[in-house]
Amino acid sequence: MTSMPLAEQGVAFLAGLVLLTSFVLLSQTRLVPVIYACAIQGMCVALVALLRGIVDGRGELLVSALLTFALKGLCIPWMLDRQLDRLALHRSAEVLDHQGLVLFSGAALVVFSYWVVLPLAQMASSIHGSVIMVSLAVVLLGLLMMVVRHQAMAQVVGFMAMENGLFLAAVAATGGMPLVVELGIAFDVLLAMVLFGIFFLHIRENIDSMDVDRLSALTEESGVVEKQWP
Amino acid sequence: MLPLQILLFALAAPLLNGWVDMLRARLQNRRGPSPLQPWRNLRRLFAKEPVVPHTASWLFRMAPYVMFAATLLASSALPMLTVQTPLASVTDVLVLTGFLTLARVALMIGSLDPGTAFGGLGASRELMLSALAEPTLLLGLFSLAMTAHSSNLAVLVGHLLDTGMMLRPSFLFTLLALLMVAGVENGRLPADNTTTHLELTMVHEAMVLEWSGRHLALVEWSGHMKLLFYGILLADLFAPWGLADHASPAMLALALLCLMGKLAALGVVLALTEALLPKMRLFRAPGMLNLAFLLAVLGLFSHVILEHNP
Repeated sequence: MTSMPLAEQGVAFLAGLVLLTSFVLLSQTRLVPVIYACAIQGMCVALVALLRGIVDGRGELLVSALLTFALKGLCIPWMLDRQLDRLALHRSAEVLDHQGLVLFSGAALVVFSYWVVLPLAQMASSIHGSVIMVSLAVVLLGLLMMVVRHQAMAQVVGFMAMENGLFLAAVAATGGMPLVVELGIAFDVLLAMVLFGIFFLHIRENIDSMDVDRLSALTEESGVVEKQWP
Repeated sequence: MLPLQILLFALAAPLLNGWVDMLRARLQNRRGPSPLQPWRNLRRLFAKEPVVPHTASWLFRMAPYVMFAATLLASSALPMLTVQTPLASVTDVLVLTGFLTLARVALMIGSLDPGTAFGGLGASRELMLSALAEPTLLLGLFSLAMTAHSSNLAVLVGHLLDTGMMLRPSFLFTLLALLMVAGVENGRLPADNTTTHLELTMVHEAMVLEWSGRHLALVEWSGHMKLLFYGILLADLFAPWGLADHASPAMLALALLCLMGKLAALGVVLALTEALLPKMRLFRAPGMLNLAFLLAVLGLFSHVILEHNP
């Protein structure tokens, strides 16, 4: 660590922040802080791309960093926040069951991704091998978040966190994808957000709640009926 | 040198608490007591006659002295103004936490001894919280020790001073974990409330109810010293700049100024969190400490993943 140049220290620190926000996402029950944490994660990922672009002197990485910052750091959180407003979910808090278990399985996922990526990281000479470990962990943690959350909005944020992890991996491993691909993905994600917004409204209309677990019941009464005749 | 540091530490400890109390009062739009108020309380308590319950044994009378001595011993090893304190070569982080545990055990035994309901209640709650907080403290200190390859506090701080300012992700995680632990260990919001006298929420206050006179003064004084201990520990580990590397008067004066600045800033942070956070339900406090433990574990991981290049 002592011999590292300042830019690599910055990258390592930002990767640590990304990992931290992943755990904040996993443990936070209120939706507004979840969205803020997602925004901070997006900004950190964009800053990693910016640092790498400056160090390697590659213009297209700067463009993609700016795009990521604008989309994942500002635009998408703003859209999610507006959705919260529209669905009157600003004050809703989810009850998470087995929170300690979830957090520690998150820690186990970090160890798992370390174990998976270790041979790769040993081949890489710089910090970027380690950043791939973090990005794999972020992807897995996003997946875990989508599994354990019942709230549709929180699941979407988990999806966004997975996307952040993939972008981080792309920046760390290859120095960013080609700009055309980058632009395509960025607009795909934006389009996905619009679609999610429509889905939110539909879910809300049909089951009068954002708890997606209630989608598995066939009708409103089915649960009650089963209780009467066990 | 060593007696001077111990004296300075013991005398400065109530001031930090007074400073936090004053800030908290200001944040609540009250004028609040002067920062010297804890001092005046101690002086008055020392003048008063101690009352001992007739059910209490010698343990009750001994506990405040043991607690005070253990806390003072722990703090005498801290690098307060210089890195090279006389006790530095023999004390590592395990010993320090051991002394703090000794103080806590003395407090809990003393509060259980008279056999009142409040003492037992407070002691059991304190035990629950500290059993979760202490592993976190140790783990956090260990992940810092891995950076310096030594669990000796003086070597650790000296290493941090030598390498200078660096962005270390593991320090970020550990700082958050240690801040949470320090809050819980000192009976601060959101886990405990130093000003409460409501039995549903008391932890530390329930334990000290039976003591009076100079016994209570010693217990309160060790509480102040514990807060200062954690303050200096955090300042040493995460902002060691300004510590003197040799004991010349000019360097020591500069170090004292730096330390006062850092502690004042830490007091502002503490007062702000206490003003902004609501009291947590007692049975949610383990959840918070779980999070602190997780952060400490992540600090360890990020040291291995991001800072330790194979």
